[in-house]
Amino acid sequence: MNQTPLPNSFRSGPDEDGRFGIFGGRFVAETLMPLILELEAEWEKAKTDPAFKAELEHLNTHYTGRPSPLYFAERLTEELGGAKIYFKRDELNHTGSHKINNCLGQILLAKRMGKTRIIAETGAGQHGVATATVAARFGLPCVVYMGATDVERQSPNVFRMKLLGAEVRPVTAGHGTLKDAMNEALRDWVTNVDDTYYLIGTAAGPHPYPEMVRDFQAVIGRETREQMLAMEGRLPDMLIAAVGGGSNAIGLFHPFLDDASVKIVGVEAGGKGLDGEEHCASLTAGSPGVLHGNRTYLLQDKDGQIKEGHSISAGLDYPGIGPEHSWLKDAGRVEYVPIMDHEALEAFQLLTRLEGIIPALEPSHALAEVIKRAPTMDKDQIIVMNLCGRGDKDIFTVGKLLGMGL
Amino acid sequence: MSARFDRTFAKAAADHRPVLVTYIMGGDPDFDTSLSIMKALPSAGADIIELGMPFSDPMADGPAIQLAGQRALRGGQTLEKTLELARQFRKTDTDTPIVMMGYYNPIYIYGVDRFLENALVAGIDGLIVVDLPPEMDDELCLPALKKGISFIRLATPTTDGRRLPKVLENTSGFVYYVSMNGITGSALPEPALVGGAVARIKEHTNLPVCVGFGVKTAEHARAIGASADGVVVGTVIINQVASSLTEDGQATGATVPGVEALVRGLSAGVRAARLAAAE
Repeated sequence: MNQTPLPNSFRSGPDEDGRFGIFGGRFVAETLMPLILELEAEWEKAKTDPAFKAELEHLNTHYTGRPSPLYFAERLTEELGGAKIYFKRDELNHTGSHKINNCLGQILLAKRMGKTRIIAETGAGQHGVATATVAARFGLPCVVYMGATDVERQSPNVFRMKLLGAEVRPVTAGHGTLKDAMNEALRDWVTNVDDTYYLIGTAAGPHPYPEMVRDFQAVIGRETREQMLAMEGRLPDMLIAAVGGGSNAIGLFHPFLDDASVKIVGVEAGGKGLDGEEHCASLTAGSPGVLHGNRTYLLQDKDGQIKEGHSISAGLDYPGIGPEHSWLKDAGRVEYVPIMDHEALEAFQLLTRLEGIIPALEPSHALAEVIKRAPTMDKDQIIVMNLCGRGDKDIFTVGKLLGMGL
Repeated sequence: MSARFDRTFAKAAADHRPVLVTYIMGGDPDFDTSLSIMKALPSAGADIIELGMPFSDPMADGPAIQLAGQRALRGGQTLEKTLELARQFRKTDTDTPIVMMGYYNPIYIYGVDRFLENALVAGIDGLIVVDLPPEMDDELCLPALKKGISFIRLATPTTDGRRLPKVLENTSGFVYYVSMNGITGSALPEPALVGGAVARIKEHTNLPVCVGFGVKTAEHARAIGASADGVVVGTVIINQVASSLTEDGQATGATVPGVEALVRGLSAGVRAARLAAAE
């Protein structure tokens, strides 16, 4: 599908129309178009405004707890007997995942724009919690749309959002998962255009969201680069991250895209296997299409109807993917691979016992790929994996799968 | 290129009334019933038919049209079959303009060139594709215009004076003014506000302006029709279909006659519009 010649830099996208090659763009209803243009104009101003940058850095340091550590996983490295394994520990952030990086950036933008109401969609609830958190911090009312199925399987996060003062609206349309929540959030936005800011949680949606979310998350990769140079005096040989919508992955990858020596791997939810319908591997098993404001790889049938994905992890349960990942796949810069539910579950348990870290099920997918790759690499090679979320929210799901009642 | 539109609007203007644009979801609840409904519309008073192309993720639609799309998809409706509805309809009606309305992805997957060719053969006059704003005109709008199929744009209350020329630039057939910010099936806006918005659009174009979103009764149709060239009715027709179905979503003997009676009433409303306005 790649129709674009290889660029001089992999870091220059998107173009002024919000495209990464054929991907991205602005496929939205006319009602939203003026809002998206207004958002883009404000974002263009903010990203070069020293005051905006300073405020965000202050919050990152004192509210989120950045920089997050780059941790050498000594026992896991020993166990696997190959490459040295480092974790970028974004699970130690306030609210327990990388999602806060983006939420702080966007709420500062919402404030600049004079918006007085925040809406968001959430799957696993991590983005919902992070949004509810920043809304509380800045004193703005917040409505979070969440698929009814997810409300049920992620009840601890639902309670957290409510404690933080957000209103959680369960969405019963479709199958009641992340894509349906996003549809409903878009419907809300179309209806409340004057006062409402839509705080999208991943590097997808219409331009400028994919670029904006990436830039807020790129703090992960920038820190990793500095920390790695300080600790090892060189760049890593490989980066591995989980991709659902793809925000934690693009955040880690982006600052390294032009370093040819760094191999980059994105890990999709292979669910119960790519042969059937129960997976969420949009890049490895999907095809390009248009949904939620952008052209990207999607899980869809031959009539262009969007399929429901499946993953053990509600955070990877989305039938699309950020458009920049689609472009990086077609350009061949990043390799995307699927990991099955059971592999992620095994990785989850291994890390818990070997390193005393309970990872979320999303990065457990990345970890399962680390477990496959590290033993095939030399001992002087280095892998950095984004440990983008902690697993407290998943203990009920895991308990059920392991046959332990909680 | 939009001969059927021109004839339809000219005829209504000669009768001193706005046109009635009726929306139905293609394949709701099944192909045959949907075809019968479509065929019944013109004699009940519909001047233009909007034929919905069902999509799994209709982001700009309210619950009624979402459910109609799901019923159609469950009934096996595809884009190919929606084109077939138009082909069948054209066998007995060569006058009523047909506008296919929906979202871009099914067309993109079908293939834009192939879609336009088959749409032309099926007798389609225009397209409304909700998620293709003017910024994306290269995708479908310009290829459609080249083939002689109109691309009907939605203008909304957020479309300000600065943006309006861009929205109208490649629009043909008519302009669809969405009377409020929101999804289909919301509440009716103030008719006076709508009148002002229509006048504002008419400063920028000679095309007819039809108004939709929120028109539910003959009285609404009359009030909106006083200032617009056409009135679009969708959700209330979809609701009429839905209310006639069995519990498991099958058509009944009341499905087609129910829509006919409803459209006849709405048609009486638009026919009274200018008479009332003139009083």
